[in-house]
Amino acid sequence: MVSDSIQTAHTAYDSKIEGNVIFTRVDAAINWMRKNSLWPMPMGLACCAIEMMASACSRFDLSRFGMEVMRFSPRQADVMIVSGTVTYKMALAVKRIWDQMPEPKWCIAMGACASSGGMYRSYAVLQGIDRLIPVDVYVSGCPPRPEALIEGLMKVQAKIEGEAALQNQKKEFFEDIA
Amino acid sequence: MSAAKDIESLSAKFGADVVGTKEFRGEHTICVNLGVLHDVLATAQKELGYEMIIDISSLDHFGEEPRFEMVYELATVDDSKHLRVKSKVSEEEEVPSVTDVWIGADWHEREVFDMMGIRFSGHPNLKRILMWEGYPYHPLRKDFPLAGRPSEMPDVAFSGIAPLEGGPFVTSPGSNDSVKREPRARAQS
Repeated sequence: MVSDSIQTAHTAYDSKIEGNVIFTRVDAAINWMRKNSLWPMPMGLACCAIEMMASACSRFDLSRFGMEVMRFSPRQADVMIVSGTVTYKMALAVKRIWDQMPEPKWCIAMGACASSGGMYRSYAVLQGIDRLIPVDVYVSGCPPRPEALIEGLMKVQAKIEGEAALQNQKKEFFEDIA
Repeated sequence: MSAAKDIESLSAKFGADVVGTKEFRGEHTICVNLGVLHDVLATAQKELGYEMIIDISSLDHFGEEPRFEMVYELATVDDSKHLRVKSKVSEEEEVPSVTDVWIGADWHEREVFDMMGIRFSGHPNLKRILMWEGYPYHPLRKDFPLAGRPSEMPDVAFSGIAPLEGGPFVTSPGSNDSVKREPRARAQS
């Protein structure tokens, strides 16, 4: 017997749709949709990209999380996976692609090189992609195994869950019209 | 004909312009003056059968004069003989390009120009190949720090200084003990 306090409200105005209607908050609904259809932008720059490809393949199967759609156009992507060594020559190209991604967007620094320059302490390598673009999740490893990347993507999902999407949107809207 | 015989014939042809020859464990090297470098390489290709340029590299003898040294690795297509040609270059001098002898020398010479800053005369397209156009330094020179130097080209590229303390592969130069000298992780400083 379910107690009254946690019982969901009835929407029994029509017997045909009864049970097919769920009440929720708009924030929760938006976040639920966002986190289960994250389309990655595969910024594959070195050996980490091989592991990233492996995580999208059948053994590890990113499509279980709704993330199998690797979008090579930044305009269709939600999360940029920077996987590999970012050289200074490539750095501004990565930034440019990041800037072309529509909001809301997230970034994963995959592996030691993208997180901190890794073993490349040299004149040619940017010492961590976080010097150029904001990073949400760092994945350690050289390269990380696909499980680690999936863990990182799940951390992004957890982060999205906690976001106040609608409230932020409202706030931005009011700031815009003010 | 072997590489040793080729060195003899080159020495006979170019006389005093051949500065030295060396044989070490089956590797044959001939050092020549810069003035005859192009002729020596062209002779090696046309008369001695060295149809392949394997590599063109350069050395920086920082503090010596002349400062740089060009190194050409030649081989025959059937791999029967190898020849190394060296020539010293000072900072002001230009090296005659050998792109007219081997078309494959093009990118090798661009790499030498990019990394060491040695200029080539007669090269069809002498611009940087690894670093971006406008990068102000030549990173493989001895007086360029491994950590790099900051540079800025708005909207093109930038570079900064990499922290080397505590890095995973930091060498300790100057020590006599090769165990201590070799690259390894150092304590965070």
